[in-house]
Amino acid sequence: MFLFLSSGLFLGWTLGANDASNVFGSAVGSKMIRFKQAAIIASIFVVLGAVLQGSGGAETLRELGSVDAVGGAFTVALAAGVAIFWMTKAALPVSTSQAIVGAIIGWNFFSGHSTDYNSLVKIVITWISGPILGGIFAMLIYLLLKQILKRTKIHLFKLDAYIKYGLLFVGAFGAYSLGANNIANVIGVFIPSAPNLLVDFGFFTLDGVQLLFLLGGISIASGILTYSRQVMMTVGNSLMKLNAETAIVVVFAHSLVLFIFSSQGLSNFFVNIGLPAIPLVPVSSSQAIVGAILGIGTLKGFRNIQVDVVGKIFAGWVVTPILAGLIAFFALFFMSNVFNLKVSQNPSKYVKGDVVVSQTPDIPQANTKIIESISQTSEEINRVEIYKPAVIILLILLAGIIMYQFYMIHKFKEKDKLDLHQDYLERYDEQQKNLENELKIASKANLELEKEIEERDKEQKKIALNIIRKNEILAKLKSEIDRIKTRPEENLKYADLNTLRVLIQENLNIEHEQRSFEKYIRELNENFFKNLELKYPGLTENEKKLCSLLRLKLTSKEIASILNITPKSVEVNRSRLRKKLHIKKDEKLTKMIRKL
Amino acid sequence: MINIFKRSKTIALGTDEFLDKVDLGILTLKKGIGNYIDGNSTEFEHSLKSIVKLETEADAIQRKVENDFYLHALMPNYASDIMNLIEKVDDIIDQARDILSEFDVEKPGIPDEVKKDYLELASLSAHAAESVVSATRTFFISPDDVKDKIQKVLFYQRETGVYSNNLKRKVFQELSELRLSEKIHLRYFALHIERISDNAKTVAHLLSSLVIKIKM
Repeated sequence: MFLFLSSGLFLGWTLGANDASNVFGSAVGSKMIRFKQAAIIASIFVVLGAVLQGSGGAETLRELGSVDAVGGAFTVALAAGVAIFWMTKAALPVSTSQAIVGAIIGWNFFSGHSTDYNSLVKIVITWISGPILGGIFAMLIYLLLKQILKRTKIHLFKLDAYIKYGLLFVGAFGAYSLGANNIANVIGVFIPSAPNLLVDFGFFTLDGVQLLFLLGGISIASGILTYSRQVMMTVGNSLMKLNAETAIVVVFAHSLVLFIFSSQGLSNFFVNIGLPAIPLVPVSSSQAIVGAILGIGTLKGFRNIQVDVVGKIFAGWVVTPILAGLIAFFALFFMSNVFNLKVSQNPSKYVKGDVVVSQTPDIPQANTKIIESISQTSEEINRVEIYKPAVIILLILLAGIIMYQFYMIHKFKEKDKLDLHQDYLERYDEQQKNLENELKIASKANLELEKEIEERDKEQKKIALNIIRKNEILAKLKSEIDRIKTRPEENLKYADLNTLRVLIQENLNIEHEQRSFEKYIRELNENFFKNLELKYPGLTENEKKLCSLLRLKLTSKEIASILNITPKSVEVNRSRLRKKLHIKKDEKLTKMIRKL
Repeated sequence: MINIFKRSKTIALGTDEFLDKVDLGILTLKKGIGNYIDGNSTEFEHSLKSIVKLETEADAIQRKVENDFYLHALMPNYASDIMNLIEKVDDIIDQARDILSEFDVEKPGIPDEVKKDYLELASLSAHAAESVVSATRTFFISPDDVKDKIQKVLFYQRETGVYSNNLKRKVFQELSELRLSEKIHLRYFALHIERISDNAKTVAHLLSSLVIKIKM
């Protein structure tokens, strides 16, 4: 059975791959909705539509021609698939509905069943009215939406959010309607061959026909999930390059058309209020969309209306069924004569060895037979309880999903931790580099400062030495004078006087230099003096001076020479200073002063 | 997906705040030029500081809106056009800040004979800018009503152009006591003030094309 069903499932796959773009093409193409989101929603709702509301269209197709052998159903679905493939390849607009109807008529011709022309007329009228209704709905919804938007004055950004939700809801409705209406194309011909089963899922049961609908729905969903992305990005977007508002209107109008032509409840409601029943017929999703676009184009002053598109729709109505019918006829001939496949319960004049009893079979009788076969008594139905195994499988699946989720959460957490750690490491490296740079700059500055201090020290020492030298000259002068004083007056010579003059001349500068030295020392050690005064406020000027000289690491002798006192006095002053500064015995005065 | 309403509301508020800043910037420009011409240097300084602050804030909001816009894929079909629109509106407040800054740096000497004209020119140019900010606000709420607002912008832009020409003619032909360099300096400032209305016109054209795109 599954082997024969494969052609139908393939048909479902192509339908899902192509027609999902009518529902979500604009939303995904314009990036308003992500494909993943659209595909999941479309898949779920297509299956729901197929299982819950798919029987109406299938019943009409069965009225047109009940393919009563599974081999025939396989060939009919295959012929429709081939017709679609050829026409798509030839870049002609094609509809699954029209292809399957043509293929069924082809089977009718082959098997000798007469075609129910009432059903055929009903179907053709629906094909024509589908796009027209789509256009009318689109116009009405568009006008209504425009009025609402005009009155509510929603901010464009908020409107964008509403539109995103709107596209999702309308898309879900569109997918449901697509499943409900078009499932008949996929699985309709297999219904008479449906297995006599009643599968108990625990919460609900599905009979053989519903199982077929479920399988068909899943095949459409697989087409959506696996192949519709490319179609949405290319064909879907180019078919209706509309703004988001118009896209909602178009998809909604299209969905309404498909819904109306598949809803048994709505049809019954019409009958109850005295109106004619709505024919439940599979209609072309693409043509309903084109009709809706044309409707909006008409409203906008015939914009977007492409005459060639209308022409192609007309051509599709005629060419597709004829082509599919011819392919079906020849395929059935081939299958029955070459592979001896039973394509019909009735003997056909086109099959070797078949004896044709009657050329005009009793259609009501045949239909009754099929109806009977569908609605068999409960005693004949094989009841399959898959409740327990299904629950176990579901539990296992659930456990697997939970474990996988935990694993993913753990993985993400680990990844986050790793990223965080990496981030910290990078920051740490960066900070370290910055610190190293700062350290380099600081050490460079320190070196320069040290160099400067050294230079200044040298300079101070130079001045100090200068003073020492000059003091020595003074001492020399003193001793010279003493020497001259000891000589008699008559022995005084000009040379002696000149020597004295030179020595005095040198001495004249000493006071000035000393003062400038003190000033220089004070300027240089400004901070030092400040600190000294702050820490030891009771120090005299001379003691401060002594401190500054000690800071220069000068010996007592050198200090004595600068201050013009004896080295012993320097030693006495040093010991007084030690007391005043409260320096312990084991501590060095110079070291302590330098610390300041 | 659930947060999309919250996000769009935040972005809408951000855009509104941005337009408020631009609106205030235009008013500050008008006030600043008035203060400069009247010789109120303290007030002028205050206006300059205000416009610099407003411009910085407007820039920050613009960056945030732009970031949110692309991050949350808001209005994917028109995102680049809307960002371009916001950028052009931002050019108005940038230009306003530049004008006050140039007044501060170059300190043009405006003769008494044309003081009133400069005030009027600034007022007309600011009117064009104010109208285009109002049109931008309308675009976000009711795109159908933008057309009327744009007419106002174009009217003020034209008026600014005519007034600027008259002012320049007056400077070059009637104020003979001014040196050529002074006249050129004055023309330069008239041109700068006029450019605000030119920017408004650019925004108006962008709005027109955006309305057509959205309504298509």
